[in-house]
Amino acid sequence: MANIFAFAEARGGELRKVALEAVTAARKLADSTGGEVHALLLGASGISQKAEQLAQHGADVVLVCENEGFTNYNAEAAAALAADRIGSGGYRAAVFATSAQGRDLAPRVAAKLGVGIVTDVTGVELSGETLTVKHPMNIGKVIATVSMQGSPAVVSLRPNTFTPSANPKAGRVENVEPVGDPGASRVTVKEMVSGARGKLDLAEAPVIIAGGRGLKAAENFKLVEELADAFGNAAVGATRAVTDDGWRPHSDQIGQTGRLVSPDLYIAIGISGAVQHLAGMRTSRTIVAINKDKEAPIFKVADYGIVGDVFEVVPALTAAVREARKSS
Amino acid sequence: MKIAVCVKRVPDMDVRFRIAADGTSVDETGVKFDLNDFDAWAVEAALQLKEKAGQGEVTVISLGPDAVQETIRKALSMGADKGIHLQADRIPFDGFSIASALAAELKDGGYDLILFGKLSPDSSNGVTGPMVAELLGLPCVTAISRLEIAESRGTAKRELEGAQEIVEFPLPALLTVDEGLNTARYPSLKGIMAAKKKPLESKPAALGESKVKIDKIELPPERAAGKIIGEGAAAVPELVRLLHTEARVL
Repeated sequence: MANIFAFAEARGGELRKVALEAVTAARKLADSTGGEVHALLLGASGISQKAEQLAQHGADVVLVCENEGFTNYNAEAAAALAADRIGSGGYRAAVFATSAQGRDLAPRVAAKLGVGIVTDVTGVELSGETLTVKHPMNIGKVIATVSMQGSPAVVSLRPNTFTPSANPKAGRVENVEPVGDPGASRVTVKEMVSGARGKLDLAEAPVIIAGGRGLKAAENFKLVEELADAFGNAAVGATRAVTDDGWRPHSDQIGQTGRLVSPDLYIAIGISGAVQHLAGMRTSRTIVAINKDKEAPIFKVADYGIVGDVFEVVPALTAAVREARKSS
Repeated sequence: MKIAVCVKRVPDMDVRFRIAADGTSVDETGVKFDLNDFDAWAVEAALQLKEKAGQGEVTVISLGPDAVQETIRKALSMGADKGIHLQADRIPFDGFSIASALAAELKDGGYDLILFGKLSPDSSNGVTGPMVAELLGLPCVTAISRLEIAESRGTAKRELEGAQEIVEFPLPALLTVDEGLNTARYPSLKGIMAAKKKPLESKPAALGESKVKIDKIELPPERAAGKIIGEGAAAVPELVRLLHTEARVL
């Protein structure tokens, strides 16, 4: 029997989808050995209301720390508390998300505990004493199977890879105290600049509409945005050429040096499909490409391709998607 | 200001990789190597800080076989002052092992700032910087895309999903660099000549014990060949039908 720890990521008083993914993956690991899932939830006063959602996804125990010092992500205090709980809890594994927060937090925790860590994991399995994970390397061109011997092993999951599923458990809430004073952290968030409210992020959107140089000018990205609006559940991404030219912010870049995404549907508009771009999106479930050059490499990875002028095809697709969603 | 930049020699990703005979690594035959992009931006950031301050020293550190000296020389030719090569037969996959060796080297260096790239594309873990920070007990900010240093404090911007954080930190500190912070300079001919005479110290790496092990590596399954469903706007109805009935995403 082995218990599994899950870090339940929250921001602005809300759970992030990756929190449910972490709990879901932890539940599967725990079930394979008959153990429990303990989730850690940090936030300002009121965050404990989110514990129920974690219970619904398989948390037996929700460790909650309500403290104003956790209003924003507080790396030092979060790492101190997580390492303390993980270190004293006898867990076989600690599951995080490979999000901006998790990328920062998980390695700190692993270093504090002096244990192994693998990030951006796309599969995780516990068989007897052996914990093995799948880890894409070389921009996804190679997949490694990695074994993690010591306990606890720290893993962080690639977002949108482990689908949250309901598996209701008691979710007994246990209030925990911070380690030290979260207000005394040396690194402090002075300001949070939120994106437009209601806009989906690339990591969480089930649909991504991405644009490349084929759009010819920054203002033509409105075609991409209109198609995203038509879907209603889509985020907008871009290639490196486009973000380097300043048409879109760097945070929109999908590819080797940008964001790695795996949405249900990826629509590439005016994107030729450079290796650097494919690295960031080739694991998407369904890929659609619209490009005027029928030899473009993007068509090699696309499930469905349309050869044509993006200025003609994209508005037609936007109208058709609006129509289809109206009637469904 | 004394700045250390930790850099990695990484394979060029624009190739079709083959699995080596051991089944746990990539066949390096014919693969080209270069300074990791994120690390080049970290070197550039260090050089800009030094130039702005009008004084200071930039030390470049890299761990691995003798070939990493070439990577260090590249950073020196960009303008860094000196290099340290931590010798190891190969660059370990295990982040803790590397972080332990780097922390041991950095510990008594008296650096005001330690910079890393946020990630290397080969091992794709992105853990070394923050692990070193923890081992050294230093304040740490990861994946920064803007940086200002004034006196003994810094301000940096971090991209989150759909938001940005502006964070403040005291020096000494460890930072990891994201894309967008700057554009790395190319080494000038003069820089390349000067780099040959710059000090490059080589010593054994005090690697930590590996906690994780690659059992095997495989090439991912090829995506099934797609189909071009038509040309121009006339193909849109068929696409919508397929997205609805076949892919079930609409």
